[in-house]
Amino acid sequence: MPDAAPGRPETDRTAATGPLAQHEGPYFGEFGGRFVPEALVAALDQLEDAFAKAKADPDFGAELSRLHRTYTGRPSPLTEVPRFAAQCGPGLRVFLKREDLNHTGSHKINNVLGQALLVKRMGKTRVIAETGAGQHGVATATAAALLGLECTVYMGAVDAERQSLNVARMRLLGAEVIPVEIGTRTLKDAINEALRDWVAHVDSTHYLLGTATGPHPFPSMVRDLHSIIGEEARAQLAAEIGRLPDAAVACVGGGSNAIGLFNAFLDEPSVRLYGFEAGGAGISSGKHAARFSGGFPGVLQGTKSYLLQDEDGQTLPSHSVSAGLDYPSVGPEHAWLHDTGRAEYLPVTDDEAMEAFRILCHTEGIIPAIESSHALAGAIKLGEQAASWRDDGQAPVILVNLSGRGDKDVATAAAWFGLVEDKPVVDADEGEQL
Amino acid sequence: MTTSQDAAPATAATATTRNRTAATLDRLRDEGRAALVGYLPLGYPDVAGSVAAARTLVENGVDVIELGLPYSDPVMDGPTIQHAVDRALAQGTRVRDVFAAVEQIAATGAPTLVMTYWNPVLRYGVDVFARDLAQAGGAGLITPDLIPDEGADWIAASTAHDLDRVFLVAPSSTPERLAMTAAACEGFVYAASTMGVTGERTSVGAQAEHLVSSTRAAGAERVCVGLGVSRPEQAADIARYADGVIVGSAFVRALDGGLSELAGVAAGLAEGVRR
Repeated sequence: MPDAAPGRPETDRTAATGPLAQHEGPYFGEFGGRFVPEALVAALDQLEDAFAKAKADPDFGAELSRLHRTYTGRPSPLTEVPRFAAQCGPGLRVFLKREDLNHTGSHKINNVLGQALLVKRMGKTRVIAETGAGQHGVATATAAALLGLECTVYMGAVDAERQSLNVARMRLLGAEVIPVEIGTRTLKDAINEALRDWVAHVDSTHYLLGTATGPHPFPSMVRDLHSIIGEEARAQLAAEIGRLPDAAVACVGGGSNAIGLFNAFLDEPSVRLYGFEAGGAGISSGKHAARFSGGFPGVLQGTKSYLLQDEDGQTLPSHSVSAGLDYPSVGPEHAWLHDTGRAEYLPVTDDEAMEAFRILCHTEGIIPAIESSHALAGAIKLGEQAASWRDDGQAPVILVNLSGRGDKDVATAAAWFGLVEDKPVVDADEGEQL
Repeated sequence: MTTSQDAAPATAATATTRNRTAATLDRLRDEGRAALVGYLPLGYPDVAGSVAAARTLVENGVDVIELGLPYSDPVMDGPTIQHAVDRALAQGTRVRDVFAAVEQIAATGAPTLVMTYWNPVLRYGVDVFARDLAQAGGAGLITPDLIPDEGADWIAASTAHDLDRVFLVAPSSTPERLAMTAAACEGFVYAASTMGVTGERTSVGAQAEHLVSSTRAAGAERVCVGLGVSRPEQAADIARYADGVIVGSAFVRALDGGLSELAGVAAGLAEGVRR
């Protein structure tokens, strides 16, 4: 980077010619990059260098694998869900990749442990993180406790109030939680505040970003740390049915669980890739987080991608029943996969997601995160067309990433379905953001 | 690029009358002092009020104006400026308001730069923004979240429309990046005095002086220092070694007390750079 000429030449922005799965950034087509204050460039260079060295170092891989085996609980199971599949469409097989069974309850731990090991290698002593639902904050606080790092988590004041149990969880784990009182007081503002902290303390502090967005090298690094999801699922499916799935499906907020699943299949053209965004109360309502349906390319928080913005380029607030998908931008690799047509991104409304949530609970005895319920709702939508996917008589197979468990969502779901006495059904827009 | 061709005659016509930052800094250097650069956000307390405030700064000894374009996610700004731009946006300040405001402020004779995060410019259209800014008599842009590495479009547009482009350097910048950034800047290089965001600080560390000398050694002709400067003695200290002293949050806070309080703070800082 340092020897780059001003106004880096367009050659860096051309699409990859090698395997899609190994595309390294900083650009994914016209997306990605580093739209950051100069003060952060040295830290991003250091991180890029540390991660490149770690990837080439067998000791790093061995240590991360050991932690995943003995601490995270990997490999996570692959579960076939026939009673749920019957609700999606006739003759369909659906498999869930059970990231919900990881320690701390979601896929987030994959990225967090990898970055936390990098922090030790870089000689830094403190991590900061943003969190919306609290899942990434809890995972970061967990890794910080495990590895003896100081930890500060920024959380929008609105989210912190609604997620007081997760705030308590983080504090039990020894983290400092700072509610952010500026702007919309949600995830976007928590990221702004984390960036401000990072600029001021970059010598000692690593920003442990929780999703596959932000400035380079975060999008490709976070993808690499989550690619174990798709790799395990591919091998498990091969053992189970002896072939690739016909479709791989995930929910997309920032996009880390989706890119972790997709990466193993990017270079397999027979595998359809679907990302489901939060459609909130519906695209026409304006209350959603569907960047590909309602956004335009733009720059936010270090990266160029699809973005909910007004005609002046001001960031628009996003809306979703699921706080984990409630973010106005999306990882730049997804923007690239969208524009190249390799993956398809569709909105799922709050109503559709909650119906899928209910169906999985009732048919399989699994309470999913509301985020992951968007992927389940996607599988239900795909069920109608899946019958035409194969002409060899085999049942079409959909692989769904069940990125998190729904323990954190019980209060929201109970209110939604009217299961709690004397509590009104929560309106989608005003609903608790977990 | 048809727009730049269309605008070419106008650009050529205004170039001679436009107030250029480099010329002002060089003239003041010949007079033996540093420039005082004053930041205020457009639309705070309202659009007309921000123009009046900027003119008050010029009347009280501020040499260069930095007009901030309000943005929803100002990651380089501390609480004082965050709250001001929040309010500016809440009462409906629009990107297009900046051009008329620049025209009115530049009429004072002070070079008028716009400080903006990148997305509003990207959304408006980089070349069209440059064209409209040049036609309004603006001097150029300060871009806190655009580094030269990502600036190809802006470098082309600012060249086509003869505008200054002020990128930032920081205490963490490597010598290679100082050289690259200095080469990419027109007007001056903005040296961030400290690792942090905008806001008043009791002291500006020795690293600011070190950064200015490193930036000059890397080829910069003019270097101004900002972040954390609020008091006349700080301004006097920085004026010893920099071409300009940039003050923002202290002016925004003073403006809350009215134009007369703002005038007093500006006059004090103007006295500082003249010591």
